Amino acid sequence: MDTLLKSPIIRPKVHEESPAPETPPSKDMGKPAEKIQDPGLQAKKVFAYFGAKPAIRNITLTMPLQQVTAIIGPSGCGKSTFIRCLNRMHEVVPGARMEGQVLLHGKDIMDMDPVAMRRQVGMVFQKPQPFPTMSIFDNVAAGLRLNGMHNYARLEEIVEKSLRNAAIWEEVKDSLSKPGTGLSGGQQQRLCIARALAVNPQVLLMDEPCSALDPIATAKIEELILQLKKNYTIVIVTHNMQQAARVSDNTAFFLMGELIEVDSTQTIFTMPKDKRTEDYITGRFG
Amino acid sequence: MSYDRYRKFYNAAAFTVTALCAGLTLAVLFFVLGYVTVHGISSLSWNFFTRLPTPVGESGGGMANAIVGTIKLVFLAAVLGLPVGIMGGVYLAEYGAANRLGFFVRFAADVINGVPSIVMGIFAYTIVVLPMKHFSTLAGGVALAIMLIPIAVRSTEEFLKLVPRAVRESALALGLPQWKVITMVVIPTAFRGLLTGVLLNLSRVSGETAPLLFTAFGNRYWSSGWMNPISSLPVMIFTYAVSPYEDWHRQAWAAALVLMILVLVTNIGARLIMRRGVAVS
Repeated sequence: MDTLLKSPIIRPKVHEESPAPETPPSKDMGKPAEKIQDPGLQAKKVFAYFGAKPAIRNITLTMPLQQVTAIIGPSGCGKSTFIRCLNRMHEVVPGARMEGQVLLHGKDIMDMDPVAMRRQVGMVFQKPQPFPTMSIFDNVAAGLRLNGMHNYARLEEIVEKSLRNAAIWEEVKDSLSKPGTGLSGGQQQRLCIARALAVNPQVLLMDEPCSALDPIATAKIEELILQLKKNYTIVIVTHNMQQAARVSDNTAFFLMGELIEVDSTQTIFTMPKDKRTEDYITGRFG
Repeated sequence: MSYDRYRKFYNAAAFTVTALCAGLTLAVLFFVLGYVTVHGISSLSWNFFTRLPTPVGESGGGMANAIVGTIKLVFLAAVLGLPVGIMGGVYLAEYGAANRLGFFVRFAADVINGVPSIVMGIFAYTIVVLPMKHFSTLAGGVALAIMLIPIAVRSTEEFLKLVPRAVRESALALGLPQWKVITMVVIPTAFRGLLTGVLLNLSRVSGETAPLLFTAFGNRYWSSGWMNPISSLPVMIFTYAVSPYEDWHRQAWAAALVLMILVLVTNIGARLIMRRGVAVS
């Protein structure tokens, strides 16, 4: 409940605590720290198509480790398509394909086994979708259990830890055997986050995770994102610019399938370099 | 006529016509149910379920062998046809949604579905009865299985398609291999639907007559094993109904009633399973 009380008013302050990333993601996001350190997740010249139609064109973007990168832009600008390229979920759509490179710790994910790679790059979807036939416990355990882990004590431990990390443990600890679909929308979304965390990914992709939730549930998820970035690299697609401003360190602005501008969130929202970014942020179109 | 009155008139007319047609559909169903019940109920007795058929003129005969025969034939069809049909449906829904093989399988299933059932009988006759040189339960089961496969393929596909994409994607995004996503997440989610489909499909083939005429053939006695000709309710109805004997006509009505109740009970059971199903949101 205390998370409820410290709602949006406090959040900007939390943001100020961590505004400047160590490697300033200025001018050229494609290259900065390659030799110095693990660059996290990088997209290089990514094109994605549905059939013959390109949905995103030539996206080069670095998403630094343990930071939150927000992707904003009007509907249909390719935000979701882009984020789905980062864990190869784009290719499961019939007729869809992708070109270019996505590097995780410097290795091209197209050379990895997609199933194994997705355990490192978890995903949370727009609409919370617990597995309908499974209990809360089974939902969180699903990723591990279905990959062959049957040590119950260990599973219990991981399920509890994941639910705690997703800030939902207190609400569900007495009803772990109840169906996950019986929870409220906001709880379902945190359950889905717990489910994604249980397989111990390094990156968490969030595709408009709050767009189906009310403001209170949204506040909880945002709180959670700020907690999670200590351990995870987070990429979040959002329609809500205030949300991007509240939770992210870096913001990328997409328009009609292209990356228009990327910079620290503060810079994007205070002095964007591109006129189109400014127009979008100030609500002059979109 | 003002526009308002015109609109109301057409609304009333459309409602009346569609309601009449809906009522007509229901009336036909109740007429059939009622007619078969009225004619069949008087000849239904304990003997009908426990005794073998008797020669013409001798009273007290039953159709125990045909009831058991129908159950055996449907069981065999289920064993032979369901695995193929269900797995084919899984292929269509999960792998072949948009590819060329999927297109051809779907097309073939629809075509076979539309082929008259007697043609299926001839086919089963050619591949089973001719090589074995005699009619058999096996041949009847094969004929029914051939009927069953395409409808099972399509019903499985339809019920699996009701599982939201998001369920599959959530599971894939957890790093689960696709076959586990299908067997441990998608199929359990669609399970009640699949079970309903299976029951409806089986109740449909249980009433097939034509494919059995020259495969299972018929038998006035008990049929042992799977290699002998066997009696079945639909074929008995056919044989008895076209016979010149009043006594046999009454027995045919009773058999029709039993078959109808079997189908009705299966259908109601299927609806109940479906209604209690997990709400797939």
